[in-house]
Amino acid sequence: MMSGLQTVSYIAASILFILSLGGLATQESAKRGNYYGIIGMVLAILATALGDSTQGHSILIAAMAAGALIGIFVAIKVEMTSMPQLVAILHSFVGLAAVLVGYGSYLNPHTQLLTGAAHSIHLTEVYLGIFIGAITFTGSIIAWGKLQGKIMSRPLMYPGRHLVLVGILIVSLLLLLRFLNADVSDGINLLLMMTALSSVMGILLVMAIGGADMPVVVSMLNSYSGWAAAAAGFMLSNDLLIVTGALVGSSGAILSYIMCKAMNRSFFSVIFGGFGANEGAQALAGDQVILGEVKPIGTDETAELLKEAKHVVIVPGFGMATAKAQHSVYELVKKLTDGGCKVTFAIHPVAGRLPGHMNVLLAEANVPYDIVLEMDEINPELPETDLVMVIGANDIVNPSALDDANSLIYGMPVIEVWKAKTVIVSKRSMAAGYAGIENPLFYKDNTRMLYGDAKKTVDALVVALG
Amino acid sequence: MNVGIPLEISANESRVAATPKTVQRLKKQGFEVFIETKAGDLASYSDLQFQEAGATILPNATALYECVDIILKVQPLTKEEINSVKAGTLVASYLWPAQNSELLNLLAAKKINAIAMDAIPRISRAQKMDVLSSMANVSGYRAVIEAANHFGKFLNGQITAAGKVEPAKILIIGAGVAGLAAIGTANSLGAIVRAFDTRKEVREQIQSMGAQFLTVDIQEDGATATGYSKEMSPAFIAAEMALFRAQAKEVDIIITTAQIPGRPAPKLILKDMVEMMKPGSVIIDLAASTGGNCELTRPGEIYKYYGVTIAGKVDQLPAQASGLYGNNLCHLLDDMGKAVNFKIDMNDDIIGRAMVVHDGKINWPQKPLSVAAQPAGPKTPEKPKGPTPAEISRKNALTTTFVLAALGVFLFLIGSVAPAEFLAHFTVFVLSCFIGWQVVWSVSHSLHTPLMSVTNAISGIIIVGGILHIENDIKSPITILAVVAVFVATINIAGGFFITHRMLKMFRK
Repeated sequence: MMSGLQTVSYIAASILFILSLGGLATQESAKRGNYYGIIGMVLAILATALGDSTQGHSILIAAMAAGALIGIFVAIKVEMTSMPQLVAILHSFVGLAAVLVGYGSYLNPHTQLLTGAAHSIHLTEVYLGIFIGAITFTGSIIAWGKLQGKIMSRPLMYPGRHLVLVGILIVSLLLLLRFLNADVSDGINLLLMMTALSSVMGILLVMAIGGADMPVVVSMLNSYSGWAAAAAGFMLSNDLLIVTGALVGSSGAILSYIMCKAMNRSFFSVIFGGFGANEGAQALAGDQVILGEVKPIGTDETAELLKEAKHVVIVPGFGMATAKAQHSVYELVKKLTDGGCKVTFAIHPVAGRLPGHMNVLLAEANVPYDIVLEMDEINPELPETDLVMVIGANDIVNPSALDDANSLIYGMPVIEVWKAKTVIVSKRSMAAGYAGIENPLFYKDNTRMLYGDAKKTVDALVVALG
Repeated sequence: MNVGIPLEISANESRVAATPKTVQRLKKQGFEVFIETKAGDLASYSDLQFQEAGATILPNATALYECVDIILKVQPLTKEEINSVKAGTLVASYLWPAQNSELLNLLAAKKINAIAMDAIPRISRAQKMDVLSSMANVSGYRAVIEAANHFGKFLNGQITAAGKVEPAKILIIGAGVAGLAAIGTANSLGAIVRAFDTRKEVREQIQSMGAQFLTVDIQEDGATATGYSKEMSPAFIAAEMALFRAQAKEVDIIITTAQIPGRPAPKLILKDMVEMMKPGSVIIDLAASTGGNCELTRPGEIYKYYGVTIAGKVDQLPAQASGLYGNNLCHLLDDMGKAVNFKIDMNDDIIGRAMVVHDGKINWPQKPLSVAAQPAGPKTPEKPKGPTPAEISRKNALTTTFVLAALGVFLFLIGSVAPAEFLAHFTVFVLSCFIGWQVVWSVSHSLHTPLMSVTNAISGIIIVGGILHIENDIKSPITILAVVAVFVATINIAGGFFITHRMLKMFRK
């Protein structure tokens, strides 16, 4: 293919990618947006693969066929509840690919032919691409581990962790200065050292962040993977890579920022500090004394309450996701609606482990999205609500966010469920939520605790409602 | 402790400070309740009902004032009434202390402790005793009903076989509690509702009640820390008048609710505007008691001015209004410790301010107490604490300047050393960042997960880098690296797009 044709294909692909992101803005155009993305990607790959300078088509096809098969297989098999993990691990692949492309580009003989500023800039691009790629790679793996429950979700706290990160950055910078003047064999060694350092940095960065902040981290890693692609674009002088990488990078960064806003958290303290940035407050929260007692309730009694209620609000959380209870919950909703009760869902912006996670799960269970309301829409309605069912949510309904200045989550907007006449909290046990703090809601007078696995409990309720 | 409720003697007052229900509540709080005979007649509560609720009926006010410690009233005590009240009695009623300094002196001289229900600070904790809110709610509703009555046409639009009926257009000025209640009522009757307020923060409340928010093109916010509006600058008022003039020609009904505490109501609807209105139009002036928002309003009177009905009073819905007012009073007494622990705590935020006469001393004007929330809008959350908008914007401006300066230096350095080819790529890079930035802001919350997974799939574009590195020589290290890169990137692309597709398939209306 001629390079002119390749360029216009690249332009078309870039536009399709922009349309793809834009299409995701509303429900109606979202599917179209995804198709735009697919078409753009196919176009970009074809234009590159058929380009004049491309070689080794057979091996290329083999690698791609194998990758596509695995990718689709995984995407079909994965449960909707473990989607956050899948997205996280997919990010790590992009990071890995960026590292490999960086090394490939450095080893390319063409690199050594450059001189002067062009040479320095190229080497810096390679260096940056690998650096960001490696952080994305290891960081995503840790995020995956935390989401999967294989790594403890509490933030890893140790004194001077900021110093360690700054130290790594400084050493990396010094290595870069040496790298710019090194010959190829020395250069490779320096690159390997830097890769090791940035891999460690990726691990430390994500380890220091608590489970409740994972949505932000996943989105941030998404952004990193974009920047890595953009850096690769610079080293290969490929505008398509630059455009797409920058699109993904900036959109990911903004998405993280929007999420931080929703949690009333500083962007930088989430990215660098972890949830427990304020150790003093954490100690206080541990000693906090809560007055009142926990009042358990059974499914039969709950069913009675549900029968009498005119307006029920359901607040789902990560517990609903882990129990895969969304279908049962919708069964329950249908039963209640048939009985003349008004049922709405209240979704906190950071419920679950990904932004919009709950919406996806409810959509999977065919819940029509006009009864799914956001926090700001539901809060004013709660005082007139007869019954709120909290299913597997904890921190997002914690009143200390509003009234306890010492609380770790103080200032975060929450769904004010305690204003309803009765609150039923379906929960496995009295264990603390992802943020690891006590929830005074459970001790309120109008709160009843319904212990048990969310799915089993809800199924029992459906039966009890007849 | 004995609580007494006298008959209201002012001519336009049909409410009473207790209902049989609130009498029961007072009894439950431990008070003995005495009621003057016929006190509830105008509000449709009979002596018998009060008696059944546990109150003792007394034949006249003098006997009542003789035996009670606390008097609950709607209108302020008159000079004559004050004479027959014992020293040391606590009176809770409307008082309008800013306008009634003479009355305050009389109360102080007689050592009567007076709580001005209209001076209860508008903080969250006091909302349950806030009579201004509860009564404004009633008058807002009633204003629309009376307007509809005087208007004599449909409020809602209809298209029938016999022709088209235009919907009525209603302008509501002032979106406090009364204004919002009026918007809600007018909207539910099918009228086209517009509302104006000097406070920009009420825009959302107005829109949530179903009205169109009218505003003038001047940056000035009438909100104050006390939750009331303040008086605006002349330029603002001129713009406001132009707006009202334009609206007067168009709308059928104007309901005004604009009041500024301690001052006469601002004159917003001038004579010429009334003359511009279509014959048959209606003006309901809810600020009539403080002079009226309309120049032509006659307080307490309803009359026609060249075909435009101007109402300076609205019916009080006395039965329910008395119930709400009585509940506010019950909450007040509850807050003061009920009968057993009853005490006047002048250090309390609420009592210390609403108690405008205490122990012979006048406690007015009250100490300022900032209301974080908007004026008793029952559905509005409190504003978060923290730096003021001005501080934030100053800080933001500083940050922006700093970032721009740093960016400038950075660009200068790059521009002076980098080759042209790099700069071309750099241009593309920066522009793409901006596009990404613009596109993502509009994405709805519920689609964040699909968005993330689609951008993830797109970031698989790194595959292009891999493809460009593959050579025919399979054993070369570059090719091996590149093949692995292509392989993992394809997993990402295929997996990412497919999972997005699966997710989106599930969304349905």
